[in-house]
Amino acid sequence: MENYMKLEVPAKSCNEAFVRAAVSAFAVQLDLSVEELADIKTAVSEAVTNSVVHGYVNMKGIVKIVCRIIEDIFEIEVTDFGVGIENISRAMQPLYTSMPESERSGMGFTVMQTFMDELSVQSEPGEGTVVTMKKRIRG
Amino acid sequence: MNIKLENIGTTLVAKLGGELDHHTAPKLRDTLDREIALNNTRNIVLDFDGVTFMDSSGIGVIIGRYKQIAALGGKVMIIRVKPQVDKILELSGLKKILDCSH
Repeated sequence: MENYMKLEVPAKSCNEAFVRAAVSAFAVQLDLSVEELADIKTAVSEAVTNSVVHGYVNMKGIVKIVCRIIEDIFEIEVTDFGVGIENISRAMQPLYTSMPESERSGMGFTVMQTFMDELSVQSEPGEGTVVTMKKRIRG
Repeated sequence: MNIKLENIGTTLVAKLGGELDHHTAPKLRDTLDREIALNNTRNIVLDFDGVTFMDSSGIGVIIGRYKQIAALGGKVMIIRVKPQVDKILELSGLKKILDCSH
């Protein structure tokens, strides 16, 4: 099976729940388990939250979400046009946060990495960030 | 996210419902902190029975309250967690320092 969907929302925290729900609703056409669906929901929530909190630092902007189904692979691409990440490997370290004062756990990328099979992060300071995640659905 | 509070002695029981993410985390943080200050709370029980989703923003809130309560010698307990919440608690390492039950 091949299918895709594209979604664009303003970078507002209230849209985090909407994107999770929309991505879940799209994903259910695959014969996935409750745990796989929860993993996808959690990973996409982390990616969109990163765009809102870090990409746009709570300023205005847009977040684009593309989901693709290619056979048994579910792919999610989350793009923002925010500040970008200067040091990707540091940002991806478990427990690292650039905002310790605001109770960020520093677990976002760790969650994405653990709950999905593949994670890639492309970023250019001043231009934005693209996070791509893939999960093989076993059902 | 909805939050119902009950004080039993110096223990604050917070019954949570809905989704705990970056958008709803400040409400939970502020509600708990106000109650902790008002009642000299020593222990916190977070009842997750009604929580249908949590991401790492929830972990941040729990760690923040844990630090406050632990500094005063109290305990934070998390009860009735669902599998999705359990998985992220496990990954965060919080289950090693908190009392958690299903």
